[in-house]
Amino acid sequence: MSRDRFERALLKVLRPLVILFLFVITAFPFYYMVMLSFRDIQELILDPGSLWPATFTLDTYANVLDRQGFLIFMRNSAIVAVASVAVTLLISIPGAYAVARLRFFGRRQVHFLFLAVYLFPAIVLAIPLFVLFTMLGLRGSLVGLILVYIAQTVPVTVYMLRNYFETVPQSVEEAAAIDGCTRLSTIWRVVLPLSKPALMATGLYAFMIAWNEFLFALLFLVERRESWTVSLGLSQLAGSIEIPTTVLMAGSVVLTLPIVIVFFASERLLTEGLTAGAEKG
Amino acid sequence: MSRGRTLREQEGRAGLALISPTLVITLVVVVLPLLWAIMLAFQDVRLINIRQAGLFGNYTLENFTYVISEPGFWSALVNTLVYTVAGTALSIVIGLVAALALRDRFRLRTLVRASILIPYVAPVVAVAFLWETMLNPQYGIVNSWLDEPIAFLTQARGTFLGLEVPVALLTVIAFEAWRYFPFAFLFLLARLQALPAELDEAAVVDGATPTQRFRYVIMPQLWRIIALLSVLRFVFTFTKFDDVYLLTGGGAGTEVVSVRVYNFLTARDDIGASAAQAIVLAVVLVVFLVLYLRFFGGGEREQG
Repeated sequence: MSRDRFERALLKVLRPLVILFLFVITAFPFYYMVMLSFRDIQELILDPGSLWPATFTLDTYANVLDRQGFLIFMRNSAIVAVASVAVTLLISIPGAYAVARLRFFGRRQVHFLFLAVYLFPAIVLAIPLFVLFTMLGLRGSLVGLILVYIAQTVPVTVYMLRNYFETVPQSVEEAAAIDGCTRLSTIWRVVLPLSKPALMATGLYAFMIAWNEFLFALLFLVERRESWTVSLGLSQLAGSIEIPTTVLMAGSVVLTLPIVIVFFASERLLTEGLTAGAEKG
Repeated sequence: MSRGRTLREQEGRAGLALISPTLVITLVVVVLPLLWAIMLAFQDVRLINIRQAGLFGNYTLENFTYVISEPGFWSALVNTLVYTVAGTALSIVIGLVAALALRDRFRLRTLVRASILIPYVAPVVAVAFLWETMLNPQYGIVNSWLDEPIAFLTQARGTFLGLEVPVALLTVIAFEAWRYFPFAFLFLLARLQALPAELDEAAVVDGATPTQRFRYVIMPQLWRIIALLSVLRFVFTFTKFDDVYLLTGGGAGTEVVSVRVYNFLTARDDIGASAAQAIVLAVVLVVFLVLYLRFFGGGEREQG
């Protein structure tokens, strides 16, 4: 058998195995998460190896949402995420438009700013912000957290939106200007309607950052249970012995599900945005 | 707008006006705090005496000498380096294998692709808790498959095939590879699918075997994106806090510098020392980046 034939035959066997392996290591843990969330803790301890619950229970969800307060955590997370998305878009749309279209002093340095903030270690920033918020008495308030999330996402979203705005034909904007549109109304009436996919992608990116974030939530909110986000709530309760693991698994599902839904609803938009940005950088 | 201005001047003003909210928020929440962090690193401050420590307070190098003289710092720095290099390399290698395997269409590709992306998309707190549960020595599923339970996350050292291995550190690295290979996978798959098919076809006609095509046709076209991924993953992992903190809390020989920074800040209430360690961490990172660009960035440009 020639080398070519041998390699082809080998790959033909190997490739499905690799694909199966990748599928199992990524899908199985999440299957396990969902499965545990419907089980009773007694059953898990008696039979840790079983892959299918003997009885399904929804008590875990009732317990985690109500008794452990995950409903309140979800409300907090939703407030933080929605506010971050709204303000991020409000700030980054004009910013991205300026970088895409207008020649102004310092326009080229904005890329540097984007890169610097994107790569900037959060742990360094955590120290002064922790001290500052302690001094201002802002610890425990969601507003401070939202501010930090906005600052962390805006440079990236400006960059994502800029890439898209540049693809909007300039002639359309010129036509709008001749029809009497001011610059702001051109953005509002012409550029934004043409950029809906990019706006969606940007908004979802900001949403995911705000929903998933842990370090700043931990630093700012840990002392006030009623302001915990879902991420912080799960991480804090995970250490306690009184709450059964299966109840916390239900909490994990509650934390993970919104983000997975949001991601796959918009997957194409997001991955294209992310990788398109990277190709150019 | 007054009439005396040229259109160009008007454009410049409008541009600055539109970009200013972006600049203001980055300045207030990123740039100024960074400068303050540097100042704090040179002052002896705790939360109790922070109000007395003014802008022109007593600057000192004490924090740095104190931090560097602690043996815990150096072992944390070594851990950080091992964790970062191994996590980065593994996530890129697995991502590359995944991208190659999923390059051509097959039934259920969309499903497998979606499944691969979940670890990266899911919140870190949820996946860390999931790993903790799966690896739990009492009721974790992984240990139910083993003859003898292993405390993956709380055991600093163990023997494997007669070799002594850092169990918890390896587990944390495996977590890192598992969670971030989808990131490399996304970039590499996008690049692979954008490669011109002609080159590959020409190589087939010339009689190149699959491994030869991979080595001489595909890889040369992927080096740039792999170099970029290495930098990105290295930078992100080097200062990463969440993953290690959530999995082990920095125990069992997995303490990385960022977890130390956090502990000094909250548990020890030593802001100065905390800031000093964060600054050292950032400086080490910058040194690595500069070295990397020196050695690889230059070569990259020559290749064009």
